[in-house]
Amino acid sequence: MKITGKVWKYGDDVNTDVIFPGKYTYTVSDRAEMGKYALEDLDPEFTRNAQAGDIIVGGKNWGCGSSREQAVTCLKVRGIGAIIAKGFARIYYRNALNEGLPIVVSPEAVDALEKGQEVTIDFDKSEIVTAKGTFKFPPYPDFVKGLIEDGGLIPHVKKSLGL
Amino acid sequence: MGKTFAEKVLGKAAGESVSAGQVVIVEPHFCMSHDNAAPIWGTFKKIGVDKVWKPDHLVFILDHAIPAPTDKHAENHKQIREVVKEQGIRYFYDVTSKGGVCHQIMCEEGFALPGLIMVGSDSHTCTYGAFGAFSTGIGRSEMAATWATGQIWFRVPESMKITVKGKFKKGVSAKDLILKIAGDIKADGADYMSIEFHGPAIEEMSLAERMTLCNMGIEIGAKNAVCPPDQKVLDFIKPIAKTDEWEAMWADDDAVYAQELNYDLGDIEPCVAKPHTVDNYASIGEVKGTPIHQAFLGSCTNARIEDLRLAADILKGKEVAVRTIVIPASWSVFRQAMKEGLIDVFLDAGCVITNPGCGPCMGNHEGILAPGETCISTANRNFKGRMGNKESNIYLASPMTVAASALKGEISDPREVL
Repeated sequence: MKITGKVWKYGDDVNTDVIFPGKYTYTVSDRAEMGKYALEDLDPEFTRNAQAGDIIVGGKNWGCGSSREQAVTCLKVRGIGAIIAKGFARIYYRNALNEGLPIVVSPEAVDALEKGQEVTIDFDKSEIVTAKGTFKFPPYPDFVKGLIEDGGLIPHVKKSLGL
Repeated sequence: MGKTFAEKVLGKAAGESVSAGQVVIVEPHFCMSHDNAAPIWGTFKKIGVDKVWKPDHLVFILDHAIPAPTDKHAENHKQIREVVKEQGIRYFYDVTSKGGVCHQIMCEEGFALPGLIMVGSDSHTCTYGAFGAFSTGIGRSEMAATWATGQIWFRVPESMKITVKGKFKKGVSAKDLILKIAGDIKADGADYMSIEFHGPAIEEMSLAERMTLCNMGIEIGAKNAVCPPDQKVLDFIKPIAKTDEWEAMWADDDAVYAQELNYDLGDIEPCVAKPHTVDNYASIGEVKGTPIHQAFLGSCTNARIEDLRLAADILKGKEVAVRTIVIPASWSVFRQAMKEGLIDVFLDAGCVITNPGCGPCMGNHEGILAPGETCISTANRNFKGRMGNKESNIYLASPMTVAASALKGEISDPREVL
């Protein structure tokens, strides 16, 4: 799998409250509608203008804070292709894999990328291609590969239960 | 080579000796969900399984927005009641005088037990480590899958050993210690790790103080945080344990740690976390005099009877200068506060008291901030927009610092009013 998209770049410790504000957690239950509020308290420009296929680039500890899965879902339904970060908070990491949203850890690529640039992630070769160079990233551990291949946790569980 | 707490508990559950870095698949014991049990149910149904794996392992506690502030919330609660009926969920805490903040109820009611693996669809599930449980927060899909299969995978975490000695000085409490640790190691300082609290000062601490420490493990990135299941824990849990499957387990003396930190409580000062991150530490002296518009004494971090006593000591016979919202962590805490006369102290001081629950902590209701307003809060997060408005500011602090600040209408040093 290979995806190419336009970069939206952010800093360190972007938390799930600014990705999907808590006040919407029980008033917005429709998955598609969650996309309308994505990053509302971080970057209203993203909320208005992000396009399907765009790629988010973040610093360390992306997705810290609440376990709310909507902080992944709102980006997934918006069509965000992937998130590249220097690191992910652990619940967010699991939620992203479970929702089938590709996430990649590459501090070098994060430093090489700026807002608006184009970036390509080649998952087969485990590399990120930027204007400033190509960077390798560690492939997913074997135990989560199955999840990714099946498109997320729920399809994965259905398959494993033969449903 | 010895084992850490996480290696021992996960190894026992997996039925083999495990070390940090290995992946295990285990059956968790109690699985806690709050108001999000309804959307989890929606995901569960997509799997195509009719019945949850073990109804008595599921615990539902309404707390995020109770009683329902909007029709959407009401619909959500209604659906949970339907699921409880259909699936025969025995442990359900509705909008009732038996309830309160989910993590408080899990601990008060004997679900949080030594050696159990517990998951919750809430990040502050790590609180149960105060009772020696291995407990961690998970997302909605993962909870739905766990209800269906009774299984969840964990990477056995590396561990961080935090050894604490000494005694708190006047005006200082467990919240100041954990805010100091967050300031020192930052919001990702314990990312993916299991935090073990060791040392004589932890043994001295009340269970409430240990809960405050473990509760905020997630704020420094930890998978779980845990204190030793000592006699204090055993005396508390034995009469109320919801299962006899618990076992007091602790790390070996020669366990291997990824990182070790040492703190002396005598060095800790009253402090705050400044907006907009929990690791934005400032000693009280640096922020003293900052005007505030609201004070909030509540949340799963700091609203137990011990916390209310500390705040009431400061507020007794005085009057607050700004609106002050007090939300006891549970109705049993509320009742105890009534018996001790603390509710009168708060009311006499001009505070508003609302029903136990999460209140304004994550911006749902009961104390949302206006643009340009500042709140000092005993809760656990000060992220932008957390209390409902992104143009507002939140300072996190201890119950004593919040009470002292409420009296003056500006951030204040509790040592000056004690």
